[in-house]
Amino acid sequence: MCAPVIPLSFAKNTRGLRSQLKDSVPVTGMGPQVGAYGVQDTLRSGFSSVKNELLPSHVLELSEKNFQLNQDKMNFSTLRNIQGLHAPLKLQMEYRAARQIQRLPFLQSSHLALDTLKGNDESISFEDILNDPAQSEMMGEPHIMVEYKLGMM
Amino acid sequence: MATLSVCQTQLGGFSFENCKRNAVLETEVTKVGCRMPAARKTGTTIVGVVFKDGLVLGADTRATEGMIVADKNCSKIHYISPNIYCCGAGTAADTEMTTQIISSNLELHSLSTGRLPRVATANRMLKQMLFRYQGHIGAALVLGGMDCNGPHLYSIYPHGSTDKLPYVTMGSGSLAAMAVFEDRYKQDMEEEDAKRLVRDAIAAGIFNDLGSGSNIDLCVITKGRVDYLRPHDMANKKGVRTGSYKYKRGTTGVLTKTVTKLDLEVVEETIQTMDTS
Repeated sequence: MCAPVIPLSFAKNTRGLRSQLKDSVPVTGMGPQVGAYGVQDTLRSGFSSVKNELLPSHVLELSEKNFQLNQDKMNFSTLRNIQGLHAPLKLQMEYRAARQIQRLPFLQSSHLALDTLKGNDESISFEDILNDPAQSEMMGEPHIMVEYKLGMM
Repeated sequence: MATLSVCQTQLGGFSFENCKRNAVLETEVTKVGCRMPAARKTGTTIVGVVFKDGLVLGADTRATEGMIVADKNCSKIHYISPNIYCCGAGTAADTEMTTQIISSNLELHSLSTGRLPRVATANRMLKQMLFRYQGHIGAALVLGGMDCNGPHLYSIYPHGSTDKLPYVTMGSGSLAAMAVFEDRYKQDMEEEDAKRLVRDAIAAGIFNDLGSGSNIDLCVITKGRVDYLRPHDMANKKGVRTGSYKYKRGTTGVLTKTVTKLDLEVVEETIQTMDTS
């Protein structure tokens, strides 16, 4: 049984291509953005501010950040209670496989397989209308993004 | 965001980056004595009533922005599906976007099932979305439609609670309209009686509530037929001037007259239609 808060060194390894079998999905909060040497990583996470880290800027911020995770958690636990452990296990295996079918991190991937599995291909919500990632103002520098994905950073 | 570059692609959906900045700006602005611009609301009267073989939805047509009438003839009855329509009160943008998103979702759903969508489906989709945003999406809706089980009418509040009733009113003029309904509603009315009742209820809201005004729009939904009557009744026509105060030609004597011809050539002629609906 994994603890809900993963220490950072542990998290760094799981961001790599190794996969971890987790029993519960950790819900990320507003913790301080410490970098490699224990101080604020200004290059990657911007200027720090105590208020930013203690309180969310809007009531819905945390709830929206974790909405998909919480929905999945709820659905998988219901499925486990009804059909047994095999059902969420098989589904999560398929999700994990589908999540790996994508282009390099700085390119736009369609996530077609993942969307079809999750049923997102038959619904429209604010994620599709507002803040389209293709129109994002921030450029993702290719080298940094690939290094982050491979867990080298 | 004050970073040089991002490590992961941004997700879509709502972004809360500017909330702290907006809060700071608001305190600064109130210190100086001004006010932040207000969102356009549809301080409104919207009603719905079920009659013998269908239902009637009604709405006024005024949109306000604080104390100013922003739109004298806005359309508050939104299309959800060929057999389902929805009236919206509250913040105008919220009702517009919410009904459009639900309309798209319902269309995809009905293509997937191959059947005409049911009103209960639209109701559940709306209430789940509104509850997810905990009332911050200010959309109070009256949802009505006709499906295989008959006519259904729901009222949906911004926090996500719904009521299924034979007659509902929402908006700032809801009390005035509800008074008319409570007085004259009967079960299994005829279509003409129902239309008259809705017209009177909206008129009560228009004349007794400052947030509602202008015309009365009606939408009659029966099996296989939808009558979108816009406007059904122009309760507030602008007055016509009874006298003319212009001076007659020749009142002022002309002393001299010089005519200068301007040499212009027509380069391009385009027609742009104005939305006067």
